[in-house]
Amino acid sequence: MNKIDSKIPKGPLAEKWTNYKNNQKLVNPANKRRLDVIVVGTGLGGASAAATLGEQGFNVLNFCIQDSPRRAHSIAAQGGINAAKNYPNDGDSVYRLFYDTIKGGDYRAREANVYRLAEVSNEIIDQCVAQGVPFAREYGGLLSNRSFGGSQVSRTFYARGQTGQQLLLGAYSALSRAVNKKQVKLYTRYEMVDLVIIDGRARGIIARNLITGKLERFGAHAVVIATGGYGNAFFLSTNAMTSNGSAAWQCYKKGAYFANPCMTQIHPTCIPVHGEFQSKLTLMSESLRNDGRIWVPKKKEDAEAIRNGKLRPTEIKEEDRDYYLERRYPAFGNLVPRDVASRAAKERCDAGYGVGTTGLAVYLDFADAIERLGKDVVEARYGNLFQMYEKIVDDNPYETPMMIYPAIHYTMGGIWVDYELMSTIPGLFAIGEANFSDHGANRLGASALMQGLADGYFVLPYTIQNYLSDQISVPRIKTDSPEFEKTENEINQRIERLMSIKGKHSVDSIHKKLGHIMWEYVGMNRNEAGLKKAIEEIKEIKKDFWTNVRIPGEGNTLNIELEKALRLADFIEMGELIAHDALDREESCGGHFRTEHQTAEGEALRHDDEFSYVSCWEYKGEDNVPVMSKEPLDYEFIVRQQRNYKS
Amino acid sequence: MDKDINIKVKVWRQNGPKDKGHFEVYPLENISQGSSFLEMLDILNENLINEGKEPVVFDHDCREGICGICSLYIDGHPHGPDEDITTCQLHMRTFDEGDTITVEPWRSTAFPVIKDLMVDRTAFDKIIQAGGYTSVNTGGTPDANAILIPHDQAELAMDAAACIGCGACVAACKNGSAMLFVSAKVSQLALLPQGKVEAAKRAKSMVAKMDELGFGNCTNTGACEVECPKNISISNIARLNREFLKAKFKD
Amino acid sequence: MSWLIKSSIGRKFVQSLSGLFLILFLLFHVCMNLVLIFNYETYNFLANEMLGANWWAIVGTIVIFFGFGVHIIYSIFLTLQNRKARGNIRYESSSKTPATWSSKNMFVLGLVIALFLVLHLYQMWYQMQFKELFMIEGARHDSAQLVEEVFSNIWVVILYVVAFIALWFHLTHGFWSALHTVGWNNDIWMKRIKMIGNVLSAFICIGFIAVAVLMHLGYSNLLA
Repeated sequence: MNKIDSKIPKGPLAEKWTNYKNNQKLVNPANKRRLDVIVVGTGLGGASAAATLGEQGFNVLNFCIQDSPRRAHSIAAQGGINAAKNYPNDGDSVYRLFYDTIKGGDYRAREANVYRLAEVSNEIIDQCVAQGVPFAREYGGLLSNRSFGGSQVSRTFYARGQTGQQLLLGAYSALSRAVNKKQVKLYTRYEMVDLVIIDGRARGIIARNLITGKLERFGAHAVVIATGGYGNAFFLSTNAMTSNGSAAWQCYKKGAYFANPCMTQIHPTCIPVHGEFQSKLTLMSESLRNDGRIWVPKKKEDAEAIRNGKLRPTEIKEEDRDYYLERRYPAFGNLVPRDVASRAAKERCDAGYGVGTTGLAVYLDFADAIERLGKDVVEARYGNLFQMYEKIVDDNPYETPMMIYPAIHYTMGGIWVDYELMSTIPGLFAIGEANFSDHGANRLGASALMQGLADGYFVLPYTIQNYLSDQISVPRIKTDSPEFEKTENEINQRIERLMSIKGKHSVDSIHKKLGHIMWEYVGMNRNEAGLKKAIEEIKEIKKDFWTNVRIPGEGNTLNIELEKALRLADFIEMGELIAHDALDREESCGGHFRTEHQTAEGEALRHDDEFSYVSCWEYKGEDNVPVMSKEPLDYEFIVRQQRNYKS
Repeated sequence: MDKDINIKVKVWRQNGPKDKGHFEVYPLENISQGSSFLEMLDILNENLINEGKEPVVFDHDCREGICGICSLYIDGHPHGPDEDITTCQLHMRTFDEGDTITVEPWRSTAFPVIKDLMVDRTAFDKIIQAGGYTSVNTGGTPDANAILIPHDQAELAMDAAACIGCGACVAACKNGSAMLFVSAKVSQLALLPQGKVEAAKRAKSMVAKMDELGFGNCTNTGACEVECPKNISISNIARLNREFLKAKFKD
Repeated sequence: MSWLIKSSIGRKFVQSLSGLFLILFLLFHVCMNLVLIFNYETYNFLANEMLGANWWAIVGTIVIFFGFGVHIIYSIFLTLQNRKARGNIRYESSSKTPATWSSKNMFVLGLVIALFLVLHLYQMWYQMQFKELFMIEGARHDSAQLVEEVFSNIWVVILYVVAFIALWFHLTHGFWSALHTVGWNNDIWMKRIKMIGNVLSAFICIGFIAVAVLMHLGYSNLLA
């Protein structure tokens, strides 16, 4: 039996979601009270889903790894959230937002999902305003919009440089209200460590209480995974320290398909790495590229002098600077999509023109903008980012150009879900960054917030009912069943095994090694030889980890090293799967760039005839190669084009 | 120019809520001034692990100054001796060769220590749960532009909404008062027409919860405002007082 | 009205109102004292005829005592609660957060003022009004002369000056803080209110000190 049925509703694109809602099954209020739903994660997706399901009357259990739901990493998103409101009257529409998202995703996303996303985008803005999210406003009192990531229309709503924070606090306030009304039970400092399946359906989770270190069992009629992406498999990324892919990975190992793992996004404007001890990378909003000009020295000797501290960037004459994005992409210049900008930076640095002490940085220069607009305007637009940069790098960006370098930022791949956001395991749902569905091979700026909230507020609370409607006769799930017993025992054994290794290497040191391999071979530029090498080397790391890791303390108490080790064990396996998927996809598309597949100008070259599919990976056991099946992406409504940012 | 420095860190170690706790002094060599304070602690922990000891437990997550989880009291300041930043944004260039840096957890009855430098701040969640929201369900909301909000009013609300809930205000306050935190949320929502509807009820229930949880009485020392990494103004406290008194006199 | 006791803002509201009331009293008091510099006769008239043992003066006195009482009791109450909220363990690296000295030491300053008050009440009020009210022998009706006698001792003057300086610190924080607590403040008014508070405290304290010092030096009753 093929488990891959995307369940796309029939009918014209614009009517699919309406038709679905008109025909789906609902759960009546009296029955909702009897149904338990577990939501893992409290980011934009998790918090909004938990709050909404609670309001609807379901009994919701919501888990978060931090001390408070308000700390989920959605909070760090800076730029904004897209919606097709067309308030500025510049020609935007639901269709245009849909089209841009599909095109931005390099034609590797599902049409129906993306259209639905664009459709509900407007409601999100209404919802957030009603919650008291202080979006930026014009002097007339109307909402303000800006253009983002090179989009031709201004459709991005924002709250200074803290849009993610404000949206998350909006969802958090809705969640807090639901907690107060006893619609949601909140579990903070809990980490999901496994999924429990009974008779083929997701029926609960085992979570580790991070304070006591004890494992606890929770049963429910459905489980929703909203745990974000797996970017930290690269060790250095813009993700938070606790961001991890383990919840999704446990689901994969329990039978959920993992889709498009190789689709990882690299963000071009991060603060460069400064040393071995670096723990994470800091992202600066892409909006910087609206006014900043990216360049490296034209002459290698200049670049070298800069690296050795003998020359300052301001001393390089205008004619000796290479504004390589403007040179290569005259039409879009510094505003080319993220993947293009990132690769171009790496290309220059690899060719020996990089700056900074490491040679792994390029300049983002505001001198022209300051001259043209005045320092005050630049400060009003980017003041907080400049301040952040100065605190980290100890250099004043008003005077010397900023240094930037690309970093792992977002993962488009994730748990495979159908139109209802349900995975291949009945009763297991995935929303937000944790699923794969809406961004294809590359995500547009200001679309992550949109997707998280769309899934949580407006999609899942509908679609989950279609599943739960035939669960009403199932009594509350008891957690003393053999399935719970067995799953808990497995984790206990895993923990005991880890604790008994008592090796020589710290978790972080092994994670750093994994990160190096991932960045080197599975990062921006991938090729067959490199990926094969990566797979071999990751195997070595896995062996090293399971024989040599050192975890102080006890397994059943608060133990930060054990927490990290459990996550790293999964990251290692994930890294391997990412490499497998990247190896399998012999084309370049979006964030996935295979050097063997590029145009004469060095641009990504898709092979639509062969690779118009979602790769869906199925776990086949510890020592077996996972099996890939394909969900074909038949485009009914859009004609695929090769991306062109030159003219 | 950043150089490498040798320092000592004097860290509070407390093995669980009931443990008495004590300070340990750890010498660290060749710490780059370009590294962040938390990266310095990472190095310390790496050393401790290699020596077979338990690492220092501290809260940290986004490491870019927005999640609000970091909570270290460093050399007499919440978030350390630099302005307008969280602990994770503090860099070692603030310190010099030979310094002994004292690192303590937030000290407040309402924020009990969990382990070492990690404290329990669920009290803040409980305050928000008591009323830090507008009572709207998902869906059925009017168009986002249906109600005009003056630009300056929205900006003022945003100033208050910038709070990251780290608790530095409580840690800095000699009275262990949470007024700055509570007032930021009450102000944000009272300033916006969407939140104004419930402003009176919200002020009352959030203040009641704050009192119940054992936070102190504000005496307007202004220490909170000085240490707030997001520059939340104590004018918000005046506004909270106003909202609260108005509500009480209306009853 | 139980919120005036149970709620933190309620308690501070009471503390603020009583404080503001006491500031008004101090203003009245200092104005009256200044009369001593110019004319004893007028002062005695005010002290004996206007105030003295009249019913309104008695009511006024009770109200003022009540004001002081509430202010002191609430301050003890608030301080104890605040110490509890702060927790048992103090910071090893003592706070280096810049905040005005007076704002951090309101209770200590208040204590100094309260101790001074005991002396002051014994030296002045007990001799003038109390004795008269309770028919104790030796009630003084030549109030101005009594004040002159008291201030003839340099140590008393020094004590008074110290107390007034403490009062100055107390008021510079107390005035704006009280208005802040009753909600009458914002970003724009913050500076103005602090300025008004400083001028007011300076007027009150310099006034009191001037009377004590000038009387000690004999520069009083100038318009007699």
